[in-house]
Amino acid sequence: MTYDIVLCGVGGQGVLSLAAIIAKGAMMERLHVKQAEVHGMSQRGGAVIATLRISSQEIFSDLIPEGAADMILSMEPLESLRHIKYLKKGGALITGKDPFLNIPDYPDEDRLYKEINSVPSSMIIDTKSLALEAGSNRAQNIVLIGSASKVLPIKRETFLKAIEDVFSRKGDDIVEINKKAFLLGRKS
Amino acid sequence: MSDLVLLGDEAVSQGAIDAGISIAYGYPGTPSTEIIEYLQEWKRKEDHSLVASWCSNEKTAYEAAVAVSMMGKRSLVTMKHVGLNVAADAFMNSIGFTINGGLVLAVADDPGMHSSQNEQDSRYYADFARTVCMEPRNQQEAYEMTKEAFHLSETLHLPVLLKLTTRISHSRAVVKRGPIREKKELNPSRDRHHWTNLPFLSRQNYEVLWQQRTELVTISENSDYNPLIIHPDNTDLAVITTGLAYNYYKEAEKELENKPSHLHISFYPMPEKKIRALAQRAKRVIVIEEGYPYVERFLKGILPLEIQIDGKLNDTIPHLGEINPDICRRALGLPVFEAVRPPIQDLPGRPPQLCRGCPHTDSYKALNKALEEYDHPVVTSDIGCYTLGYFPPHNAIHSCLDMGASVSMARGAAEAGAHPVVGVIGDGTFMHTGIQGLVDMLSAGNRVTLLILDNSITAMTGMQETIVDSSRIVEIVKGCGADPEHIKILKPLPKNLEENTAIIKGEIDYDGVSVIISARECVHITKKRLSKR
Repeated sequence: MTYDIVLCGVGGQGVLSLAAIIAKGAMMERLHVKQAEVHGMSQRGGAVIATLRISSQEIFSDLIPEGAADMILSMEPLESLRHIKYLKKGGALITGKDPFLNIPDYPDEDRLYKEINSVPSSMIIDTKSLALEAGSNRAQNIVLIGSASKVLPIKRETFLKAIEDVFSRKGDDIVEINKKAFLLGRKS
Repeated sequence: MSDLVLLGDEAVSQGAIDAGISIAYGYPGTPSTEIIEYLQEWKRKEDHSLVASWCSNEKTAYEAAVAVSMMGKRSLVTMKHVGLNVAADAFMNSIGFTINGGLVLAVADDPGMHSSQNEQDSRYYADFARTVCMEPRNQQEAYEMTKEAFHLSETLHLPVLLKLTTRISHSRAVVKRGPIREKKELNPSRDRHHWTNLPFLSRQNYEVLWQQRTELVTISENSDYNPLIIHPDNTDLAVITTGLAYNYYKEAEKELENKPSHLHISFYPMPEKKIRALAQRAKRVIVIEEGYPYVERFLKGILPLEIQIDGKLNDTIPHLGEINPDICRRALGLPVFEAVRPPIQDLPGRPPQLCRGCPHTDSYKALNKALEEYDHPVVTSDIGCYTLGYFPPHNAIHSCLDMGASVSMARGAAEAGAHPVVGVIGDGTFMHTGIQGLVDMLSAGNRVTLLILDNSITAMTGMQETIVDSSRIVEIVKGCGADPEHIKILKPLPKNLEENTAIIKGEIDYDGVSVIISARECVHITKKRLSKR
């Protein structure tokens, strides 16, 4: 089994922690993992892409070929489409609903949603409302992981344990908020 | 020992720790920065005696490390590829020395220029200097190779260059630790002729180095880091990979029916015999290499003309940018996988930009306003977040060459007759190599306004502490000889726009060197402090 994910968003949106938590879950299930990130200049409010490869066998490449990703997981709609060339036929496109507006020529949202919906296995998640419902606006990326978890080859319980591990040093309240965010995302 | 999940950079750090280093020096630069950061964390948590320090620039870092070696201890130096240009004088001239404690230089190249101004290939520096270069394919190898590099440095008495690229530096995977070596005790070399570059000594040292070259080639020919797999049935094609191209090739190779013979090169100098052995059956050799066509050019020198060499020089492989799985597939004649839908052509780009509330934005606003009345102002800038002032809405800068160049270029522009000339430099970059330019312009008495954007941190590379506290910059500027009357400090905030503009205008009118320090901490420091409360 190999499962390849392209993760994207805008620098500062938490794309790297998104990748880190899924990678943690995969490793807890004793799968091989390779996670490529972007650091440095592009982190400053620019388009950010990371790749995560999960496999039961040894993985060679850090990068995913075009047309080979099983999933695109994006924090926001424009960025989800920027990397569409990587998504294989039958792959899942999951994105947060709210645009991240920091450029003057951001496209019309409805046009973006239409393009996203043209991909058969696509989901547009209202991460903001669900994160607020869970108790914190900052849990938007965990909501997204919850939505992705419906498709990812990692168990629900493993994710909850991974979230607990990652947030435990920030206190029980934060752990609970994030678990709730995950479950709300999973239900959406 | 439990397995670790490490970035390629961090695997180098862990390898250096387990190789028994005492000291690591470096200058922050994407994609190399995490090497020192990991060591600093290790120092805090595991080993207080370890030294892991940022230096004011790559040259001072490398020179300090040479002395650690002279004292008999092991040291690691880290920098990005262009940092080695700064350290090149020290590196090139240390090659004739008889290295005592292991000295490894870890350099991270940035093919694709994700966060750099060029994509120069550090293998050329190792070649130029006539030393060993090693380039890991994955995180585990980065760990093991670093240890091997220290071993080789001590047995060959040479500094060893470990080359990384962005993709391995910033990719995570599991690393298994191996045996750990103890640190070395202080044991200064008494052989002063080994550490002194005087022409009569350098001639002798160079001769030793020249005689050593065959030994290095022999190690390379026998190295497991240069694996050669011969598939005798394929008499048409052979493949050479370097760097991470190995990984892309291994995944694509599964789809090739008649597997070509394959040589991967991770260890330099070039394994010439292995290359000949690979090519002797082939009509065509494809070279898939990360960086410049370095191996490819070497091939042109040693292979018969009848053998076709495909690579960057004949555009089989793009000459610019990073190698990736698709480039590799195309070069091998494999189809690219079909995507779920065609790409959308007219999506707007999203280039990096200054953060919301960034002090640089306010500095640039005031500067632009102060320069409004001039037709041709010249603003020379430098390397850092503030280079983003090139983009709209700022459109504030006219040049960015290399670290520290804003100051020296401002001097040149002024002396060529331009006015007004403003040099814009950050606090970290000023300490790196900006001071020398200031000394120059003060001695020449040029009509230049130097604007030091002091945000109290090295921000672009991810918040490393600067080498001196910001409060001392004004003393340094005074110490260089700037007139205290024309050293101004302002606070870049929206509410201070009028006042700041007036200060900058006033100094532009001054017929001499003036220095304006625009000081407000990076918003990320503020955020961090507030979240700690």
